[in-house]
Amino acid sequence: MLPLCSRVLLSHPFSPMSLMALREQLNMLVNSMYIEGLLDQQFQQLQMLQDASSPGFVAEVINLFCEDAERILTELTKDQAVVDFQKVDAYVHQLKGSSSSVGAQNVKLACIQFRQFCEENNKDGCLNALNVVKHHYYLLRNKFDTMLQLEQRIQAYDSKQQN
Amino acid sequence: MERPLFSVRAEAFPAGLRVLVVDDDPTWLKILEKMLRKCSYEVTTCSLATDALSMLREQKDKFDIVISDVNMPDMDGFKLLEHVGLEMDLPVIMMSIDGETSRVMKGVQHGACDYLLKPVRMKELKNIWQHVYRKKMHELKEIQTHYNNEDINILRYGSEDLDDRNLTDGITNISSARKRKDVDYKEFGDQEFGDPSRLKKARVVWSVDLHQKFVNAVNQIGLDKVGPKKILDLMNVPGLTRENVASHLQKYRLYLSRLQKQSEDSTSGGNMPSDLINNDNVANFELTSSTNMQQCSEHTKHVGTSENLVPGIIADAHIGDIKKIVPVQGIESEKGLISDSPISQNFNNVPRLSALFSFKGMTPGIEEKAREPTTSKHQTLHDGAPRMQCMHYPGQGNCGMLDDYSYLSSSDQDHQVSFNLCSSSPVISATVTNEKDMKDLSEMKPVPTDQRNAHFAAIPQVACMTGSVSLQIKHGMVHSQDAGAICKLDGSPNTKGCSTEQIDNQECFPLTCEFSPKSEAELDSLPGDLHLCSIQKFGCFEDVGFGGAENFQDIISTPDTQVQNDWYISSELNNDYLYETVDYPLIDECLFA
Repeated sequence: MLPLCSRVLLSHPFSPMSLMALREQLNMLVNSMYIEGLLDQQFQQLQMLQDASSPGFVAEVINLFCEDAERILTELTKDQAVVDFQKVDAYVHQLKGSSSSVGAQNVKLACIQFRQFCEENNKDGCLNALNVVKHHYYLLRNKFDTMLQLEQRIQAYDSKQQN
Repeated sequence: MERPLFSVRAEAFPAGLRVLVVDDDPTWLKILEKMLRKCSYEVTTCSLATDALSMLREQKDKFDIVISDVNMPDMDGFKLLEHVGLEMDLPVIMMSIDGETSRVMKGVQHGACDYLLKPVRMKELKNIWQHVYRKKMHELKEIQTHYNNEDINILRYGSEDLDDRNLTDGITNISSARKRKDVDYKEFGDQEFGDPSRLKKARVVWSVDLHQKFVNAVNQIGLDKVGPKKILDLMNVPGLTRENVASHLQKYRLYLSRLQKQSEDSTSGGNMPSDLINNDNVANFELTSSTNMQQCSEHTKHVGTSENLVPGIIADAHIGDIKKIVPVQGIESEKGLISDSPISQNFNNVPRLSALFSFKGMTPGIEEKAREPTTSKHQTLHDGAPRMQCMHYPGQGNCGMLDDYSYLSSSDQDHQVSFNLCSSSPVISATVTNEKDMKDLSEMKPVPTDQRNAHFAAIPQVACMTGSVSLQIKHGMVHSQDAGAICKLDGSPNTKGCSTEQIDNQECFPLTCEFSPKSEAELDSLPGDLHLCSIQKFGCFEDVGFGGAENFQDIISTPDTQVQNDWYISSELNNDYLYETVDYPLIDECLFA
């Protein structure tokens, strides 16, 4: 005979357990991102800015960032034969700026290194740095994707509970 | 004398402050907009500097303050800054991810009233109203000075040029102003602008024609002998009151004196970019410098606003030479002030001039309402205490703020978005960066997971704390350095430790090279006679984009240290203060060991 609480849990259509599990998962994901240096404090700022009036704020910001970042990375990936260091530097500066907006720490750090190579007019260094930036960016983006999916599922639960 | 009108406004300010944000980065634009809205400001965003400028030009009174990024594709942020300062005379705050001292310096030189480092925090935006308030205070002071000057004129030239009414008014105003000199700008504002019922009337718009009539009248009478009544009579504009003319006259005088001061400063050797002189501004300065000449012969000393230093423009004009009063146009043709572009003999460019006069927001209401700034504790979101403190605004803001940070209230927990729940996400613990708070962090016990504090669940919080600390060590050796630099004011050996950490850090990113070239470049870029060597090293910290750098920013922007405010406010860049707060030589060692 199962204890009462378990029976209740199992029978409940929107089992709080799975909602809790989702939240747990999300929190662990975000935590790991902080620990691994993918995210920094700025991301917390974003979380704090989100409120009832703008429940999708963080998701929107993340999406804006990803769009912008990918635009820049595309530009940077073009014309690798001849490197216009000033132009490249300008792009990287932009990317540095927008990565700082979401707290994309590793990406930002990689941008800083990248700019160093630009300043030195070091083509190989730049090409290498570009790969590093991309590596960190796509890593981050994957995690962001998971994060937003979990978020959505949790919100679905919440809205069902409201109704 | 408190009048109901003003006390209402006093409570509202700074809420409703009209901010224009210019940034080409869409992510930042969104974030800033959100942050400013949370501060109860009215926000307009713009991603192009050119758009922003045309917006400002079209509706001169629409904004109180402008915040702009430095790096923008269509126009350099510094250029925008100059334009706004010249044409609209609004306070401008610059922002950048780049915190190099030379850049900050440039911002200050171009007239920025503040320079914020990205990532910008809410607490920094909360206080931007101070720049609006400060500007108004300066301008009021200048008006007072001019009232005093007018008093001198009255005594010098006797009362024959002013009718009895003027004289009485003038002296009444002056004496009452003098009595309140050091204290009560609000009441002075009362005196000057009349009773509140008048304030509610529509303001006179000083159009091109109207202003031209005004200037003609002034020139005809002679700036030293001029009085509002005389001007009014000469202008012969129906519906225009003596008060309108009086206030416009003040502004005109202020404007002239400010230019006078700027030209004096510029002739003493500013080295500003010559591209400042463009066609838009040429006629401006032709007009104004010529009227300067009229004025300077009579007034020996002017109070200029340091915030609006527009340097190096009127260098060619031999201002001091001209003793007699000559008509404006005469001077233009004689001296050919800004030679290259065709000098317009007509006043087609007066719109610029009147734009300069549109003392935006200089309604008496603002002086009054600015009297009561947010005095309550400016606790930020980043305190180490588990219980977050809400920012307090006078009057209406309070409830709104509480609602905004609704994650604090656990009552609607289930309805909240999971991000806000943050039952274990490191919302608070990892944001701790202050010296004080870091101590708290180490002492903080895991908070029991009760409903009330559901946001700070025990285990994950500890994990986060550990995580953030390890973050600091792993990536942010600068962070602990920063902490060392700031916290150890007595210059303890903590800074020594960082060089070893620097080496350790190489496993993550070989960023040691980040320091030296950058700082050398900074060394080179700074003008030699500035004794700011230590600051540039400080600036070096900021440029390094560790997580620590943000912490650093927190540190310098907290009320505890007050360093940032004192650095970046253009009016007083006081080296002495800077040397007092932090022990620079030790940082020196650390960076360039």
